[in-house]
Amino acid sequence: MSIGKDELSRIAELARLRVDSDELPALTRRLDDILGMVETLQAVDTGGVEPLSNPLDAHQPLRADVVTEDNRRSEFQAVAPAVENGLYLVPKVIE
Amino acid sequence: MNDMTVAQLIQALRDREFSSVELTRRYLDRIAQRDGDLNSYISVAPEVALAEAEAADRLLTGDNPPALAGIPIAHKDIFCTRGLRTSCASRMLDNFVPPYDATVVERLRHAGCVTLGKTNMDEFAMGSSSESSYYGVCRNPWDNRRVPGGSSGGSAAAVAADLAAAATGTDTGGSIRQPAALCGITGIKPTYGRVSRLGMIAFASSLDQGGPMARTAEDCAILLGAMAGHDARDSTSMDQPVPDYRAALSLSLQGLRIGLPREWFGEQLQPAVADRIHAALRELEALGATLVDIDLAHSELSIPAYYIIAPAEASTNLARYDGVRYGHRCDSPRDLHDLYTRSREEGFGDEVQRRILVGTYALSSGYYDAFYKKAQQARRLIRQDFLDAFSQVDIIAGPTTPGPAFRLGEKTDDPVAMYLEDIYTLGVNLAGLPALSMPAGQVGGLPVGLQLVGPHFGEAQLLATAHQLQLATDWHLSRPPAPTATGDAA
Repeated sequence: MSIGKDELSRIAELARLRVDSDELPALTRRLDDILGMVETLQAVDTGGVEPLSNPLDAHQPLRADVVTEDNRRSEFQAVAPAVENGLYLVPKVIE
Repeated sequence: MNDMTVAQLIQALRDREFSSVELTRRYLDRIAQRDGDLNSYISVAPEVALAEAEAADRLLTGDNPPALAGIPIAHKDIFCTRGLRTSCASRMLDNFVPPYDATVVERLRHAGCVTLGKTNMDEFAMGSSSESSYYGVCRNPWDNRRVPGGSSGGSAAAVAADLAAAATGTDTGGSIRQPAALCGITGIKPTYGRVSRLGMIAFASSLDQGGPMARTAEDCAILLGAMAGHDARDSTSMDQPVPDYRAALSLSLQGLRIGLPREWFGEQLQPAVADRIHAALRELEALGATLVDIDLAHSELSIPAYYIIAPAEASTNLARYDGVRYGHRCDSPRDLHDLYTRSREEGFGDEVQRRILVGTYALSSGYYDAFYKKAQQARRLIRQDFLDAFSQVDIIAGPTTPGPAFRLGEKTDDPVAMYLEDIYTLGVNLAGLPALSMPAGQVGGLPVGLQLVGPHFGEAQLLATAHQLQLATDWHLSRPPAPTATGDAA
């Protein structure tokens, strides 16, 4: 199993990570090592085995649909990089 | 007050041998003297600690002080502490001061603990050596040229060097047990859902679990009793009664059936470590336990299954770091896309980026069935092996790691070699089981860890087994050598 440079660039874009072109070869080799290791799974017969996502096979509990939290907007926005009038600031999206 | 366990400190504080303020000052002094070399703390919080110690001293003069009143501990820097920077050892959260406490922090504070500071770790808990921290490598107090293990390496090093009475840790694939083994202390990863994950910064949500790290199993029992229990604010927290772990320590080992997985004693295991583990097992036999060989036939699938599932969950969890609501934001973003990609590229270190990429790949269209679904199927096979084993035995025992602490830099250039360090610990997380590591002697002057694994919610039996073994042996009493004048512990 080998991940090509184009594939890696596509994955990096999906993950919103910027990978410099001069880092691509080394990173490709590292990821190939990891993918080579995890590929040993392909040889295992898992026919009819139900995937396990919660180790206790537990289900998400439901709660009453009522407000349980106070509004702490100013506290939460105190750690934001840029806010104005209670709103988070991002670069202009719509011209 | 030097070198005392939590149990001894609780008694001494109640007997007024010294105050919590005196005890806290003593730890702060030791941190100032010793931690320049070890780098086990990312942040030390003297003002918070002394204020909490003063409050604890007032409680200690009252009739019913809380269980851990005045005990100075450290929190892994993955647990949110209100008003105290919580970095997860990442540049991404270098400026993050949480507006709330993790449930674990809240419960331990309620129990009277004093917060000395926040300990060093691998960035976002992804690692087995504590070398990937944005704040520099953490060193092993037994030999400062070696790693303390990871990812809770700072917590393990701080407890081993007596820079905290105990510490919190988290364990996604061995991150409590492996550093506990490499630093010669005791640490327990509870059953998945036993301890609340609220305010514990997420790495892989179906695997992450917090737990205590301390000098003895008795101390772990006391701390776990304060940390465990249902939390309605964590939807994966299990609503199960919390037994009195300390009272259960006196359980006899007579007739206890201990399973030894053949797969854990193969060629990966260094022979000198195997000797130490067998010596510890003979002690357990002398205490009345019976040893039974068992099979965990799918255990070799643990590493590949884990290194798909954990990165997949990490890639989704870490999608939240977008440079908008909190955390690192790049300078002068050109547009929204540039804001996202540059903030993340600057904020995350190499291993975190690698895992995000692997996880994104495994979850991406066309690969999902081959990787993620396959890994989750393997996960069920791995868990079933453990469940079958527990129909024959009460607990499972073996090594925590294949060898003792390795050298700084030895595995940083080879991620796959680093992943193999977790060969005996990963399966436990995939199956959601409780497991502890405790000292079992040394190899070449470095500690070796014995791992005990129990059935779901079987923490009391694990802690009792470890406690009985610690009453009969003195491995847990060994201390790292005092550093020389140059700070070179070797």
